[in-house]
Amino acid sequence: MTTDPIITVHNLHKQFIGGKVKALNGVDAEVRRGEVLVIIGPSGSGKSTFLRCLNLLEVPTEGTVTFEGIDITDRGVNINLHRQKMGMVFQHFNLFPHMTVLDNLTLAPRKLKNQSRGEAEENAMRLLKRVNLADRAGAYPNQLSGGQKQRIAIVRALAMDPEVMLFDEPTSALDPEMVGEVLDVMKVLAKAGMTMVVVTHEMGFAREVADRVIFMDEGLILEENTPSELFGNPQNPRTKEFLSKLL
Amino acid sequence: MEAWFEKLKAEFELNFIKGNRWRYLWEGLGNTLLITFLALLMGVVIGVLIAMVRSTYDKTVSTTPHKTIGSRLFGLLNGFCRVYLTVLRGTPVVVQLMIIYFVIFASSDNGVLVAALAFGLNSGAYVAEIIRGGIMSIDNGQFEAGRSLGFNYVSTMRYIIIPQAFKNVLPSLMNEFIALLKETSVAGYVAVQDLTKGGDIIRSRTYSPFMPLIAVALVYLALVMFFSWLVSKLERRLRSSDH
Repeated sequence: MTTDPIITVHNLHKQFIGGKVKALNGVDAEVRRGEVLVIIGPSGSGKSTFLRCLNLLEVPTEGTVTFEGIDITDRGVNINLHRQKMGMVFQHFNLFPHMTVLDNLTLAPRKLKNQSRGEAEENAMRLLKRVNLADRAGAYPNQLSGGQKQRIAIVRALAMDPEVMLFDEPTSALDPEMVGEVLDVMKVLAKAGMTMVVVTHEMGFAREVADRVIFMDEGLILEENTPSELFGNPQNPRTKEFLSKLL
Repeated sequence: MEAWFEKLKAEFELNFIKGNRWRYLWEGLGNTLLITFLALLMGVVIGVLIAMVRSTYDKTVSTTPHKTIGSRLFGLLNGFCRVYLTVLRGTPVVVQLMIIYFVIFASSDNGVLVAALAFGLNSGAYVAEIIRGGIMSIDNGQFEAGRSLGFNYVSTMRYIIIPQAFKNVLPSLMNEFIALLKETSVAGYVAVQDLTKGGDIIRSRTYSPFMPLIAVALVYLALVMFFSWLVSKLERRLRSSDH
């Protein structure tokens, strides 16, 4: 891990159309290359909105997101090119149900990176082996368990060879016994040096894997520290309250 | 009984055999199918275009805070599509057919093509709403997954949303086709000799309405039953491939 920021967020505000309260109230943050940044906070705190602003799935009302030195909130920027380098994993997997697992993995590399079918499939099979799902390459998403679906969703994003991976509550929709297999894949990914931003309620994962933890509430970052400091010695009263409720 | 049968046979010969009158039905059937297929083709093209405009507007323009010239123009296009849908679905197809034939294409004498155009324009309005419903029924997460991989709006639609939506609406589209087939029976209003008009011509020659009209009804029924059977087969296949 270096201190070189890959994403810099400045003064981010988000007001949903028709929404009464602002989801984000001026967030400043940075994601450093190679680090695992975990965002925690109560529901409605704006942590998912913040994550979705990083690849502009939500368009911020105000503020900038700089990715690899380029302000991607600038309306002249082709966001599609930058999104290719930002993998995203969703709470509800969002695999393409009309395609096999293999096609889910090869669609984007073939169409967006002009990889040949052979090249894309070879790469996909290599990724599937990494998550022990090579034997399910020909299956359709609805034939898989939740944990399998999420592992496929992770490697689908990895197939584009991204610079950073964004995880939006990746284990929240899973049965408890399947959480472990997904977290294991994420841990291996973190060890391999992938830059990761993870919104999660899995405090164990945050404690064990995170380089830094951010606590958000009411659209603001209230505290930011190493996991041992933030969990062991929280400073902000809201952080203390939140963490005490979890235990 | 014998006499009744003889009378039936005579009626049959008078209406269909004599002077090769069956040809009115045969040629009429050809025109009916031609009009239906051309109209369906046009309806699907118009329907897809309008559905794309309407769902793009609902998904993007109406939800982004910034109003640019582009989004305003798109809003205008969306408004135009809404007017189209309102007018074409809000007036009887016979009236539309007559306006197109007698007013807009008053100088044309190709009734079949004009009728196909009229039914195509009308069908497009219904197909548009079927397809839009199909697109909007796809979970937004599918759209976000496509965009997050780096696909632009059009590619996401093409590779991810439309294939799923199309599969969902295929049975509805086939039913629209069946409805269209029956609707074309009013084409006779503009001097097109379709199946219905064919039967009516025979009736006016023989002054014997029973046989030709029942024959027309039976042909429609057979066609509709055949296509309905196809739809149910299709639905079963789609369900079984629903993994």
